[in-house]
Amino acid sequence: MCGIVGLYLKNPALESQLGKLFEPMLEAMTDRGPDSAGFAIYGDEVADGWIKLTLQSTTESSDWKALMGELEGRLATSLNWFQNASAAVLKAKAEEAVVRAALAELAPGVRIMSAGQSIEILKGMGLPKEISERFGLANMKGSHIIGHTRMATESAVTMEGSHPFSTGADLCLVHNGSLSNHFRLRQELRREGINFETENDTEVAAGYLAWRLQQGDSLKTALDSSLEALDGFFTFAIGTRNGFAVIRDPIACKPAILAETDDYVAMASEYQALSSLPGIEKAKVWEPVPATMYIWERESA
Amino acid sequence: MKTIDLSVATVRDLNQALHDQVNNVQDREWVVTHANGAHNLAVGVNEAVSIDIQGHAGYYCAGMNQKASITVHGNVGVGCAENMMSGYVRVKGSASQAAGATAHGGLLVIEGDAGARCGISMKGIDIVVGGSIGHMSCFMGQAGRLVVCGDAGDALGDSLYETKIFVKGSVESLGSDCIEKEMRPEHIEELQELLNRAGFNEKATDFKRYGSARQLYNFKVDNASAY
Repeated sequence: MCGIVGLYLKNPALESQLGKLFEPMLEAMTDRGPDSAGFAIYGDEVADGWIKLTLQSTTESSDWKALMGELEGRLATSLNWFQNASAAVLKAKAEEAVVRAALAELAPGVRIMSAGQSIEILKGMGLPKEISERFGLANMKGSHIIGHTRMATESAVTMEGSHPFSTGADLCLVHNGSLSNHFRLRQELRREGINFETENDTEVAAGYLAWRLQQGDSLKTALDSSLEALDGFFTFAIGTRNGFAVIRDPIACKPAILAETDDYVAMASEYQALSSLPGIEKAKVWEPVPATMYIWERESA
Repeated sequence: MKTIDLSVATVRDLNQALHDQVNNVQDREWVVTHANGAHNLAVGVNEAVSIDIQGHAGYYCAGMNQKASITVHGNVGVGCAENMMSGYVRVKGSASQAAGATAHGGLLVIEGDAGARCGISMKGIDIVVGGSIGHMSCFMGQAGRLVVCGDAGDALGDSLYETKIFVKGSVESLGSDCIEKEMRPEHIEELQELLNRAGFNEKATDFKRYGSARQLYNFKVDNASAY
C-alpha cells in the first residue's frame, strides 16, 4: 500500500515552519504504511564546492565523533557535522567521490543516505510518529520535503529498505506501488555505473532518474522516459535541489491528490493528509492525471 | 436536523447512527461537519434521509446507498457511491477513480470531473458528470446510463454490455466493442430528462451516444473449434 506526501513551499516566509507543517501530513498516512517511514528535506544548503551527506549506521552504537576525526585527517580539510539520533549530517569542502571512498574504507558499516548541497534523508523502521519524533521533524526548516510511510511488499522491512531513496546528488524519490522489471533494470543500470545499496524496486526508479539526469536529460525528459522504462504501478513524488514533481503511471492504480495555494504545493496519497494544512479549504485541490508530469521549480538553484 | 461533528465523533458513530434510522427514522436531515477526507462516510445507509457532508470526503463515500439523498460539499476519493442500489448522491466538487462502480440504481451527479474508471461495471445506475471523465470509464458496463458534459478519456466503454453512454465533448478513444450510435428521438428525450433531473443546463442534442457493438459479449459458436 504505502503512503506518500510532499510539501513544496512557494512562499519563503513559511520555510521556518516546513517541518511543523509536514509532520501531521506524514503521520496522517500511518494507516497506509506502519512498517517504516522517512523523509527527504531540502534546505540549509552548503556553498558550491562543498558536499553534504546524510549517514546512517547499520550498527546500533556508532562513534560518530571518532569517525569524523579520522575522516578529517584523511581528507585534510575541516568538517562540519552534527548527529541526529541514529543519523549524522556531514558537510565537507571536498569532492563527493573522495568522501565516499574515505568513508567506505574507514566505516564500511555506515550507509550514505543522501548526498548533495541541500538534501538530507532521515528514515527508519517504526511508525511515522516515532520517526518524526526521533529526528525532530517538527523543528526542521527548509524549502521542500517529501516523505513516505511504508507497507512493505517487494523487499524486507529494514532501515535500508525504508524510503526515500536517493541515488544522485540532491535527487530523491518516494514511491507508492511496485515495479515488476526492477531486477533487469537494476542490472542494466549497474552496467551504466549506477550504484545500488538494496534489492528494493523503488531504488531502481531513483537510479533510473539519476542515470537519465547524468546523461544530460532535464527532469521533465527523464520523467517522460521513465514512463517507458518502468513497468509496474507507481505514483512518484520527486525532489530535486530546486524542484518538486509528481507523476503517475498510465494505468494510475495508485492514488494521488494535489493541492495548491499561493503559499505552497502539497501532494499526498489521500486527502486526509492535506487536511491539516493552513488555507486548505480554499486551495485548488485536484487529482493528477495519469502519465502526466506536474513540476514546480524555483528559478535559482 | 441532526449534526455530527467528525472532529469529535468517529466515522463508526456516524454510520451506526445512520443505520439506526432504518424503519425507525428519528431525523430526516443530517449534517456531517469536519469530514477532512475521512473514508467510508455514510456507507450502507438504507433509509430515505437527507445527508449533507461538509468538506471533502475520502474513499467509498455513500457506498451501497439505498434510498438516501447524500450531498458532498467538496471532492470525494476513490469509489464514491460504489454499488449504490437506489437514492441520490451529489458531489459538488470532483471525484477520484471508480465513481459509481458496480452500482445497480439511483442517480450519481458529479458537478466537477471524475477520474479513471468512472462507472466501471455499472449495473443500472445513472451517472451524470458535469466535467470530464478519466480512462477506462464504463468498462464492462452492464446497464444504466453514463452522461458526460465534458470529455472522456481513453478506452471509453471497453467490453461494454448494455450501458448507454452520452458524451458532449471529445472521446480520446473508444474501448473494444464500443461504438458511436445514432441519437434517435427517444434517446434525446431520455437524455434531456436525465440532464434536467441532474440540474444541468445542457441540451441533449449536443451529445453523442455510444454503446456496445454486441460483438464481444456473447460466445460465438464459430469459435468453438479454438478450444
